[in-house]
Amino acid sequence: MSHVLAVLEQRDGTLRKVSHEVVTGARRLADALGGEVHALVCTAGPVAGVDAASRFGADKVTTVTNDAFGPYAPEGYARVAAERAKGGGYGAVVFAASAQGKDLAPRVAAKLGVPLAGDITDLSVDGGAVVVTRPVYAGKALLKVKVTATPAVVSLRPNVFTPVERPKSGAAETVAASGDGGRVVVKGIKAAAAGTIDVAEAPIVVSGGRGLKEPGNFRLLEELAQAFGGRAAVGASRAVVDEGWRPHGDQVGQTGKTVSPSLYIAVGISGAVQHLAGMRTAKVIVAINKDKDAPIFKVADYGVVGDLFEIVPVLTSEVRRLTSA
Amino acid sequence: MKIAVCIKRVADSETRVKIAADGTSLDEAGVKFILNPYDEFAVEEALRRKEQAGTGEVVVLACGSGATQETIRTALAMGADRGVLLESAALPADGLAVARALAAELKDSGYDLILFGKMAIDDYNHQVGPMTAELLGLPCVTCVAHLDLADGKGTAEREVEGGMEEVEFPLPAVLTVDKGLNEPRYPALKGIMAAKKKPLDVKPAALGTPGLQVLAMTPPPERKEGRIVGEGAAAIPELLKLLREEAKVL
Repeated sequence: MSHVLAVLEQRDGTLRKVSHEVVTGARRLADALGGEVHALVCTAGPVAGVDAASRFGADKVTTVTNDAFGPYAPEGYARVAAERAKGGGYGAVVFAASAQGKDLAPRVAAKLGVPLAGDITDLSVDGGAVVVTRPVYAGKALLKVKVTATPAVVSLRPNVFTPVERPKSGAAETVAASGDGGRVVVKGIKAAAAGTIDVAEAPIVVSGGRGLKEPGNFRLLEELAQAFGGRAAVGASRAVVDEGWRPHGDQVGQTGKTVSPSLYIAVGISGAVQHLAGMRTAKVIVAINKDKDAPIFKVADYGVVGDLFEIVPVLTSEVRRLTSA
Repeated sequence: MKIAVCIKRVADSETRVKIAADGTSLDEAGVKFILNPYDEFAVEEALRRKEQAGTGEVVVLACGSGATQETIRTALAMGADRGVLLESAALPADGLAVARALAAELKDSGYDLILFGKMAIDDYNHQVGPMTAELLGLPCVTCVAHLDLADGKGTAEREVEGGMEEVEFPLPAVLTVDKGLNEPRYPALKGIMAAKKKPLDVKPAALGTPGLQVLAMTPPPERKEGRIVGEGAAAIPELLKLLREEAKVL
């Protein structure tokens, strides 16, 4: 029997939703290992929504406070997580493979002297050992990997581990961490336009490619995204990012973001290997393209062939009608 | 400025993935190997920093098979001064093992900056840079998309969900770099010729015992055959019906 440490994230004092997925993944491991889930969050003050951790299966929730822990403090957070992981005799430590988790998990694993199985899409326990699945070669192959070190440190690809409610007592405690935030200091986050959500985390992604013809036409996709009522983000293919039509942060693909939304709508995107690498794990893919032979239709669940400038506005108004109904 | 750049030889993203007979690795026959694209940004950044400083050295390090010498030569052709190959017949899935080998080589070598690409496009590990920093006890910033260095200090911007995080750090430091930091140069013919004569040390990699064991490599599950719902805007009502009633995503 061994417990599982779930490392959660807050931003501006609010628990991030990706942490619900982390607790769910940790719960799955803990059930298989016959242990408890202990959740950990680093912060400067109270964390709104941290009680959700018990709803998704945390037996204990520890809030670790330090004046330097308001924004992400890479070295401070790593020190706290590694000390906890060492002290608790954990069988596994679970992170999100978010921007913060991708930075933090390797530091913690190195401090513990154990490997990191990062950005995983599935996990199980076999004969007491944690076994994970992770996509490699741009999603063209899956690697099944057994973690032979303890604790097994893993990070979960966002949007893959659907949160499952598993109410537990979630005994809450708050402890103060000594020391400072470390040598690397986050001064703040220059936020993207208000009300936008990141393509890596959005449940719905509407992406555009060269078929949009010019940057101004992305307005059509922004309107479609808005029609989904705050649940959608606008993504882009590498071609249009390289042209400077859209910021790199919007790029979906091998040299951009890997997204796993419930619904991915590819508009005017032919479907190069490099793009498919970033979105092939979406639950449902819709493609709108004028070329019926475009490779995107090979991976799309539903395709519409035709002129996107005619199709997208109709789709937007129909979606708007649905979501406002 | 003395700068180290840690690079990796990877299979080109356009490559067709065929699984080897052992069922746990890539069949390399006919596969084109390239310098990891994110590492190109790291090499370019190192060269620019050295050029700005007017003095210094750019050393390229890689862990990998003998064929990785070719990849190191590509970075030397871009302008790096010398290369070191930590040779190992195969690279383990465990990034910490690679970080250990790199850290053993980088330790006490007096680098002002140690650069990595933010990830390799073959294993998507995202970890060797920050692990190496941890083993060396150096500050580290990952996924750097904008960088200012002055007076022994640095300011970086890194992309996070919904914005850019602004980060300050002291030098020496380990940075992993993202696309957008710069536009890598192409090696000129003169550079390619010069690269052949630049020093390249080869020594065995001190990988230790990896803590990850690859059980299997498999093709991803086939996506269920999709269908064309229709042509033009007339197909939209049917599309939405399918998304609601069949796919149940709306």
